[in-house]
Amino acid sequence: MSDDKITLEIDGRFCTAAPGEMIIAVADREGIVIPRFCYHEKLSIAANCRMCLVEAEQGGRPFPKPIPACATPVGEGMKVLTRSKKALDAQRGTMEFLLINHPLDCPICDQGGECELQDVSMGYGEDVSRFSERKRVVKDEDLGPLIATEMTRCIHCTRCVRFGAEIAGLRELGATGRGEDMRIGTFVGQSMAHELSGNIIDLCPVGALTSKPYRFTARAWELTSDEGIAPHDGVGSNLQLHIRDGKVMRVHPRDNEAVNECWISDRDRFSYEGLNSPERLKAPMLKRDGDWQEVDWQEALHAAVDLLKAPGPDQLGVLVSPTATLEEQFLLQRLVRALGSDHIDTRLRQLDFSAAAADPQLPWLGVPIAELETQQTVLLIGSDIRQEQPLLAHRLRKAALSGATIALLNPYAVDLNHPSIQIAPSPSVPGSDLRALLRLLGKPTEGPAAEPDERHQRIADALTRAGQDGKGLVLLGTLAESAPAFGLVRALAAEVAAAAGCRLGFLAPAANSVGSWCAGSLPHRLPGGAAPARPGLDAGAMLTDPRQGYLLWGLEPDRDLADPTLAMSALRAAKQVVACTAFRSPALDTVADVLLPISAFAETAGTFVNTEARWQRFQGAVPPPGDARPGWKVLRVLGTMMELPGFAQNSAREVHDELASQCRDLTPDNQMREAMPAPDLSSATPQAAELFRIGNVPIYATDPLVRRAPALQRTPLAEQLAVSLHPDDAAALGLADGQLARVAQVAINGERTEVNAPVVIDDRIAVGCARIPAGVEGSGELGPIMGPVQISKAGA
Amino acid sequence: MSFRNTPLAVIHDVDKATLLTPELRAEIDKHVAKYPPEWKQSAVMPALTLVQDHNGGWLSRELMDQVAAYLDMPETAVYEVATFYAMYDLEPVGRHKVCVCNSVSCRLGGAEELMHHIEKKYNVAPGGTTADGKLTFKEFECLGACRHAPAVMVDKVYHECVTPEAIDKIIDDLD
Repeated sequence: MSDDKITLEIDGRFCTAAPGEMIIAVADREGIVIPRFCYHEKLSIAANCRMCLVEAEQGGRPFPKPIPACATPVGEGMKVLTRSKKALDAQRGTMEFLLINHPLDCPICDQGGECELQDVSMGYGEDVSRFSERKRVVKDEDLGPLIATEMTRCIHCTRCVRFGAEIAGLRELGATGRGEDMRIGTFVGQSMAHELSGNIIDLCPVGALTSKPYRFTARAWELTSDEGIAPHDGVGSNLQLHIRDGKVMRVHPRDNEAVNECWISDRDRFSYEGLNSPERLKAPMLKRDGDWQEVDWQEALHAAVDLLKAPGPDQLGVLVSPTATLEEQFLLQRLVRALGSDHIDTRLRQLDFSAAAADPQLPWLGVPIAELETQQTVLLIGSDIRQEQPLLAHRLRKAALSGATIALLNPYAVDLNHPSIQIAPSPSVPGSDLRALLRLLGKPTEGPAAEPDERHQRIADALTRAGQDGKGLVLLGTLAESAPAFGLVRALAAEVAAAAGCRLGFLAPAANSVGSWCAGSLPHRLPGGAAPARPGLDAGAMLTDPRQGYLLWGLEPDRDLADPTLAMSALRAAKQVVACTAFRSPALDTVADVLLPISAFAETAGTFVNTEARWQRFQGAVPPPGDARPGWKVLRVLGTMMELPGFAQNSAREVHDELASQCRDLTPDNQMREAMPAPDLSSATPQAAELFRIGNVPIYATDPLVRRAPALQRTPLAEQLAVSLHPDDAAALGLADGQLARVAQVAINGERTEVNAPVVIDDRIAVGCARIPAGVEGSGELGPIMGPVQISKAGA
Repeated sequence: MSFRNTPLAVIHDVDKATLLTPELRAEIDKHVAKYPPEWKQSAVMPALTLVQDHNGGWLSRELMDQVAAYLDMPETAVYEVATFYAMYDLEPVGRHKVCVCNSVSCRLGGAEELMHHIEKKYNVAPGGTTADGKLTFKEFECLGACRHAPAVMVDKVYHECVTPEAIDKIIDDLD
């Protein structure tokens, strides 16, 4: 492609454009409005709505007919008229045809007031309809709990169909029939099971596809809009929050090409529903003689201060959700350090901290998010990427479709919508496949290695080739982070990356995981990244070596921690437990002595640092319910009441600025600090007759907010507690699909746990593994997120 | 964004050797060979025609799904083709199909009269099948035989300038 620019004239304005660009793209850039329905910047060109007809001439010769601006490439010296009589006539004619079968009952349509068809009709249509015949009626389809349909309103732009084929990689919607009988639908009536499906609500220019949870609850003109940042995965999608009467009514994406483009995941779009959960904690509560009583803030804070002071410096452990804002994490670490210890951690689902000394300075993605799509080879280790980071999966899909090799090493093969090389190694010999790759890359290491097969060879070759071009990436995901041999796997991954000349990257498990490394809310990092004189206890050690008192921030101990049984037993035995939370839960009620209501998503000002180490600030958009208060304010008051220094900030901005000044020299850095000693794996290796539990965290079970979003929980992607087994293992155990299995697991503290769960037979699971999700209802009864597990027939 | 150059391919989780019949697969392969590998979906129309002929003149959803799997296509894309074109039937049909052209020239040339005749004489509405299962009567989009309107396609044979008497004779000659 040459970089020659061509010049053309649109409505008398001279514009420059690249050869091959379409007229509509140039006009959009110049701010010249051309009406359209089917054209969308991110989708292929269909040119089927005919709304963008314009008049044009090329080389002094006019085109004989109006031409579609979306499908006509620009030419040197072209003259385009978008508002000439001929163009306007054509547009008016198209508009009249589009309205023939479209109901003219905007007042009862959910899209009314924000409808492209309505707007364009106002601007380009006639005010009276000449059509007096009957309009057609189309039967609706049930597309699941997120998307409402009213297919009579469909104008057949096919944006949703193209989105499915091109972006989602799941072509469920199609245009069946012809002419008058054409319909958009799945033809077979299934619901959309995709983590990005909600985007078709935004794409639909009319009221045919609308948001089911939001539907008919508000009108566009009643809403105010505030900017927000998504609180779930490491992407930190930019959001537009639509608010009425202090309530978030719905969430839309805000364009940011570098982060989320114009998409957001369903989790980011629909999790706001959790804000209205009946389990919201609206007033401070105090446990008196085993009974919970609502108290005022004054009393609750005094109680909390006493409880936090009682354990003494070394006996207080602080566990913080990695979705807490940067400001909250910064003040929390200041609090615990002012009290004299470093026992604070946000890596709640990590089991292996043995290699903490080797931790990089500021682990991040390794490349900017947007550069994921230009990688030639990406090796993902331990990541169910579509569940963990839906929009990064989308970037990788783009890379794969433009020819990149995407390889995965996971304990189970994951569903992908693009070509990939997947190896499902048995996690009982951690790192064996990475050692096989190292051998092929010419850097063999000690330890058991898998016998390299053709797939290993292809991965090694692809990594080497990409490494030479500087476009190779080795990524570690949350399944790797939860592995009992995380330190070893990480060290081997770093060696593979180094041997192939590729970069190493980490997928941040939560919205502000990277922020913890900046704010110092880790036992071995101070704000700005310096190391404390002596590291404190990590999230694992705080529980295996129980403390006398705990401060829990924004988490549910039975759902968010690596070993819920261990955690619950340590917390039950603790003398003082202060829980700051937006939600009540039975587990918190059992273990806590005081509950302080704090803000959830959209209710506080703050900052998230996303997986590419981008700091994104946001303001509180709605007030927290009842007496709940923004988290940073609660901490400020606690600090002041305890007469600790450094809690005098007047705004979240001041907290942010103070930390930002300390982080000025902190740059993202994935370099391992030291070579890693071989970890002791004896307890994590399954004995005979044991399987290895893989505790994946399903997409809608990651944090307290999304677990309380009812519509998401009704989708097919919301997993329940179940035991997925390879057919061979199931046969050996005599278990059939759907049968109830008894799952027995020994927690880290030796406590024996048992639950019943239905069996799912799935040949994508590695032999010797049992996939039993964590973070879901019932998983709190079990032991470590990954580790040996015994499975038998229930009742046998 | 630009024009899309290759269609979305979907690799289905089935063994292709279990799809359709070996003879059908061999026939479809002849059509697949006419297109570049990434465009093998282009063979969907001849594939559907072959499968339909083999299945007594109609396509079931299972058969369409098998074609989708065989050509690495999304099922929906096959449904789109099968519902768009009039020559595919998605319900069981009679032993013969009588397709009367309903486009302008044929209508001017007497197609409407012809259709009323068939409807009355054989007691079958357009789109329906006679009680004895002998014929399915279809109103068809333009058959492209305007010069000798009205045109009727019986199974795969064109008949032009058809009168009610002529159609009776044609139908009588069918088994």
